[in-house]
Amino acid sequence: MLVKEQGEHAGIGGSDEVIYKIEIPANRYDLLCLEGLSVAILVFQSKMQTPVYKALAPSDPKALQRLIIKPETKKIRPYAVCAILRDITFTEDSYASFIDLQDKLHHNLGRKRTLVAIGTHDLDTIQGPFVYDALPPDQIKFQPLNQDREYTAIELMDLYSNHTQLKQYLPIIKDSPVYPIIKDADGVVLSMPPIINGHHSRISVNTKNVFIEITATDHHKANIALDTLVTGFSQYCKNRYTSEICEVSWPDGSKHRTPELPYRKETINAKKLTKYIGINEDAGKVVELLCRMSLSARALGGSSILVKVPPTRHDIIHPVDIYEDAAIAFGYNNIKKTMPNTFTVGKQFPLNKLSSQLTDQIAQAGFTEIISFTLCSREDISTKLNKVIEDIPAVHISNPKTAEFQVARTTLLPGILKAVVGNKSMPLPLKLFEISDVVLLDSTTDTGARNERRLCALYYDKKAGFEIIHGLLDRVMKLLEVPWDKQGGYYLNGIDDPTFFPKRCAEVMLKGTKIGTIGVIHPDVLVSYDIHMPCSAVEINIEPFVHPMK
Amino acid sequence: MLMDGSWKKRTFKSYNFEALGAPVEYGLIHPLTKIRSELRDIFLGMGFIEMPTNRYVESSFWNFDALFQPQQHPARDSHDTFFLKVPSHCGPLPKDYMARVKKVHSEGDYGSKGYRYDWLEGEAKKNLLRTHTTAISTMMLANLGKNFKPVKFFSIDKVFRNENLDATHLAEFHQVEGVVADHNLTLGDLFGTLNEFFNKLGIRKLMYKPAYNPYTEPSMEIFCYHPGLEKWIEMLLPMGIPESVNVIAWGLSLERPTMVKYNINNIRDLLGPKVNLQLISDNPICRFDLEVEDNDDKSFHE
Repeated sequence: MLVKEQGEHAGIGGSDEVIYKIEIPANRYDLLCLEGLSVAILVFQSKMQTPVYKALAPSDPKALQRLIIKPETKKIRPYAVCAILRDITFTEDSYASFIDLQDKLHHNLGRKRTLVAIGTHDLDTIQGPFVYDALPPDQIKFQPLNQDREYTAIELMDLYSNHTQLKQYLPIIKDSPVYPIIKDADGVVLSMPPIINGHHSRISVNTKNVFIEITATDHHKANIALDTLVTGFSQYCKNRYTSEICEVSWPDGSKHRTPELPYRKETINAKKLTKYIGINEDAGKVVELLCRMSLSARALGGSSILVKVPPTRHDIIHPVDIYEDAAIAFGYNNIKKTMPNTFTVGKQFPLNKLSSQLTDQIAQAGFTEIISFTLCSREDISTKLNKVIEDIPAVHISNPKTAEFQVARTTLLPGILKAVVGNKSMPLPLKLFEISDVVLLDSTTDTGARNERRLCALYYDKKAGFEIIHGLLDRVMKLLEVPWDKQGGYYLNGIDDPTFFPKRCAEVMLKGTKIGTIGVIHPDVLVSYDIHMPCSAVEINIEPFVHPMK
Repeated sequence: MLMDGSWKKRTFKSYNFEALGAPVEYGLIHPLTKIRSELRDIFLGMGFIEMPTNRYVESSFWNFDALFQPQQHPARDSHDTFFLKVPSHCGPLPKDYMARVKKVHSEGDYGSKGYRYDWLEGEAKKNLLRTHTTAISTMMLANLGKNFKPVKFFSIDKVFRNENLDATHLAEFHQVEGVVADHNLTLGDLFGTLNEFFNKLGIRKLMYKPAYNPYTEPSMEIFCYHPGLEKWIEMLLPMGIPESVNVIAWGLSLERPTMVKYNINNIRDLLGPKVNLQLISDNPICRFDLEVEDNDDKSFHE
């Protein structure tokens, strides 16, 4: 995959150095650091074997480091896992990469530290067992990273409220009665997750033994983060690819050892795999493909293949993910392109077919189609149309970034009026139309709302031109084979509607039911939309015509 | 004059044939509609059935959960999705199906390990403006369920994203989606179908990369999202669809190829309150077929 992705390259400024841009899929946390990436590429190129990652308990059982989780943490951030990278040697580059990976994991896997927060410490400056607790903020006081004195948690919240990076994490715990805190046996604060580590246990490029603690609201993701850090950087430990186990004690008395570094075994069928991809290869070739993707695989005879999914590959949660990896190793562009051979008959959705036919016909009648936005402001569909929002059956958005996205339109009229405003310089008259959906509240549907397909047309000129809009309605009805008739067809029924000029507005009736409105736009509406000449408009629901009543 | 023949006695000035004629009066079809018609023809010609996508308000369940999208996924963040104040939640969800979806998310099922988290019904019932039309294809497939028969679906309709706006991005745009569900479909079938589809759009050289973004020559980039088969397993089996069935799906926006095809730089000239009527007026018909170098009937089976 990696090699395949290196296609996009460009030389810069006369240098003949090739720059590779590597895109990392969002679920491949193991490739987020250069360490993991280079291992994956070397394995892909068959230049090295996939490392076997091991979590080892210290030879002296008394040296086992422990983290005790207190019951209070349940109120704010209930999970914690930890591990030790023993006898590690960083360089400036690998140290920077270690910090960078933590940032990336915080951001994506950790959902900006809400789900997972990582703290790394110089184990030689602290004393186990460690305690993970949650305390009222006024009882927390320590010297945070990069500060020269102690602060209480309350002071810290204030101190970081303008901090470019840290301020975004404050809301995660700010209003909680207790804040998460990790201390060592002497009461030294390691960190106040998910905000900041302590100054005392800070790591540097010279740190030899790294204690990693991860607190979380999602236990599974905490383990993924820990496995990712440990597998990425244990190659710099004296005993390569190994990390040291710690013991985590839970409030219920149970004890767990982390890091877990699970090797999950999956038995897959090579025939199923090749059939899924659409290639003709035997089990031996499939094993080779999988091994290049860091999935150690072994043929069991016949079509069976045993795959060991390493702790770097938490993204693999189903056999089909393994098939996909084999396809990637095979090369997508090497797969023979085929067509599914089932015969099917195409069919238009009747409402869209009708809309499309009407669009053609109305354009042929000399009107120009526009496409406007579904979302608009509350005023657009209420006060600007001389109506009150409480009377409008509109869908309201709870998190609009601007006033333009407050509601879904309940009428197409505002969109067309705005198009007039934007095109005042065009020669008169303007004859515009739109066929599109509005959204209406409807308690009889599963969501409480439904779409309705409308046709709206507008005439804009020095005169109102009601007869032209009326003529268009007649034309549309003729095309739909609906007669001008009070019983079996359509007719107009004069009404008062505040959007329209008094006595120059009617409801459009179809077989006794209202399907829309036609009229001369009210001068107040023209003013509120900043339109300086008269307009007439018609808007009807076209859904009754999809399956005409007999 | 014509009737009494008096024109014969009059002298007439000769016309100026160097000037243009008077402008004719005409109605116009929007460029986006023209491209949409072409795409609909392509899908219909390939035997696809158009889906009833006239449903902008959707529940999180159909928009996300039924698609095996975990509840903590960034796309479900309020920064990306429009959630609704009114109507805030949907009514009862299909009970048995919901239970199966819940299980595959929280504990795994059908051979999947799941995401292992607490799946909440309240989260699934939150109403939103759909972020993709895949919510509808999911519902269509779930309706097939045990009575599955091979199908091809397509749709071209509006979707909504609570995004920051710029010259090429709007909070609402049209998604073009194709879905094929059949027994024993292969990745080769996916690439073959995509090749056929994009060939008809005049794009001949498709490359595929594992991020599932087929990319094309820089002259006409079409960004596809979510094609692939990967997450369908966890989606299909809870619907009761037989295990041998695979689904291939791809999507793109309608605006992007329209802007490229017609060389439009600012999407606001095309859509919304600042729509440029001169642009609509000057816009030619859509002829993707001219861009294919050879006969596209032969191009596929090489």
